Amino acid sequence: MQTELWNDAAGGFHPASAPDFLPAERLKEVQLRRLRAVVSRAYEHVPLFRERLDARGLTPEAIGELADIAKLPFTIKTDLRDTYPFGLFASPMGDIVRLHASSGTTGKPIVVGYTREDVDVWAEVMARTFAACGLHRGDIVQNAFGYGLFTGGLGAHYGAEALGATVIPVSGGNTERQLMVLRDFGVSALCCTPSYFVHLIERAKEAGVDLKGLPLRVGVFGAEPWSDAMRAHIEANTALKAYDIYGLSEITGPGVASECAAQNGLHVFEDHFYPEIIDPETGASLPDGAEGELVLTTLSKKAMPMIRYRTRDITRIITAPCACGRTLRRIERIGRRSDDMIIIRGVNVFPSQVEAALLQVEGALPHYRIILTRKSGLDQMAVEVEVTPEVFSDKVGALEAVRARLAQAIEQICGIRVDLRLVEPRTIERSEGKAKRVIDQRNI
Amino acid sequence: MKLQQLSLFLENRPGRLGAPLESIAAAGINLMTLSLADTAQFGILRLIVREWELARQVLEHAGWVVNLTEVVAVDVLDRPGGLAEALKVLESAGLNIEYLYAFSLRRGDKAILIFRFDDPDQAIVVLKAAGLHVVDAEELFSHIAVGEGAAEAMNANEGE
Repeated sequence: MQTELWNDAAGGFHPASAPDFLPAERLKEVQLRRLRAVVSRAYEHVPLFRERLDARGLTPEAIGELADIAKLPFTIKTDLRDTYPFGLFASPMGDIVRLHASSGTTGKPIVVGYTREDVDVWAEVMARTFAACGLHRGDIVQNAFGYGLFTGGLGAHYGAEALGATVIPVSGGNTERQLMVLRDFGVSALCCTPSYFVHLIERAKEAGVDLKGLPLRVGVFGAEPWSDAMRAHIEANTALKAYDIYGLSEITGPGVASECAAQNGLHVFEDHFYPEIIDPETGASLPDGAEGELVLTTLSKKAMPMIRYRTRDITRIITAPCACGRTLRRIERIGRRSDDMIIIRGVNVFPSQVEAALLQVEGALPHYRIILTRKSGLDQMAVEVEVTPEVFSDKVGALEAVRARLAQAIEQICGIRVDLRLVEPRTIERSEGKAKRVIDQRNI
Repeated sequence: MKLQQLSLFLENRPGRLGAPLESIAAAGINLMTLSLADTAQFGILRLIVREWELARQVLEHAGWVVNLTEVVAVDVLDRPGGLAEALKVLESAGLNIEYLYAFSLRRGDKAILIFRFDDPDQAIVVLKAAGLHVVDAEELFSHIAVGEGAAEAMNANEGE
């Protein structure tokens, strides 16, 4: 752990010594060394990986330079399901100190394991995440990511502690208590899902808690895609700067990438997680700058090395130098997952587009739900939007106009006509974890 | 001279009207009158109550989106042509009525018209100049004794 090098007792921050600022050549050396080690480790200890390499006539020696990574086979989510629960572990259980699991909405969950060293790396990258978001020793961090099998809670917890901040392990849910802690504990930073924070803003308003008057200055949001419009909404209603962080359990949990003060792309902690972009259709490697599916390789993971793991997240790599000085490459904010894409009457629609459309219409808060149905073979898309005090009127004509504006904005952005329904406040389920935005009743 | 009207958003499905009315009944608040405007998809419930601040608080606390609007009450004789006379005055003054609803008092021979104008102040001037009686909150609510439901909704017309 290098935290003491870049955070002193007085709360001073010394970024020059952080791995985030390694010269590019030095970083590549580290990456290559670690890549060769992790490929060897996986080949030696993970039967599935060895079989796949053998089938291609490859050995770990095939990695002579970083670009050779493209020769290696991908790992996909179903590989984790197929080898449930521990089939991809490269360490004996005696070396594994932690297990986490995904919620597993369909079928078996996926299980991930960590050695002591893995937990330390995870804490390190989360500490670097918080540092990139402008936090340091002395900050009071309210951690409203769920503690439990989900990696968000403990990942953020260990990272905040490693940074030397004060962490409040409030976990997810219980909005009343969240507001009490926020108001009474001098909280300067909050971590949770962005949709849950939008819910907190709403409830704070109702409870008469003035978020702008609190010391809260940083929001660290992740675990689900969110739009720039949602960030603008959050920042307009609070005094905080809202940062996007990225991660996934298969790789480590939160801590794979983080925004910095520039709020313009997320720096990948690529000394530990090597990013590539591929064409999601063909699997071909794409150059930096091209949009495609993000593929990650864990360079230092011991318990469960992931080689070329396909994240299903769509983004591009930004190579331009960042104003913050970090040399780590950035990925563009992830607005969509290839999994999230809805294909309706041949049109590709992403929930984030619907969100952007709703927010574009003045005063509409992002509490919405997309419902897909099929009527006599034809797909229908309905969008339910909660009525807010801002748009509500005693006049029927005025409300009909709001409805028409919302429907029109969605049609313009998504290119598809939707049935827009205004619904009563608080009738759409609030997320305390990841928001469930799409209800597909098509039974395809 | 103006009255405060509370409006609520309701989805147009069975059982939605009962919940807000139960909330304000539980707070011991009596309805003077109400009107319901509906479309195929949603409805707007409009309420006139004496304790509108309390009612608003109760409803908002229960999670409803509540809108506060100023409306104007006029009383007319409860006989054929009573409403038509009042409307003639407004029409000739070029005043646009967003919507109106009416109810009769249990005692007396008057009907009360509730008007929603874009500019209620100007409307009051016109109504008064024409010799119509604009009923203020104090007078309106003096018609009901505490705890007695004295008014019944008679009609709910959409003037849009």
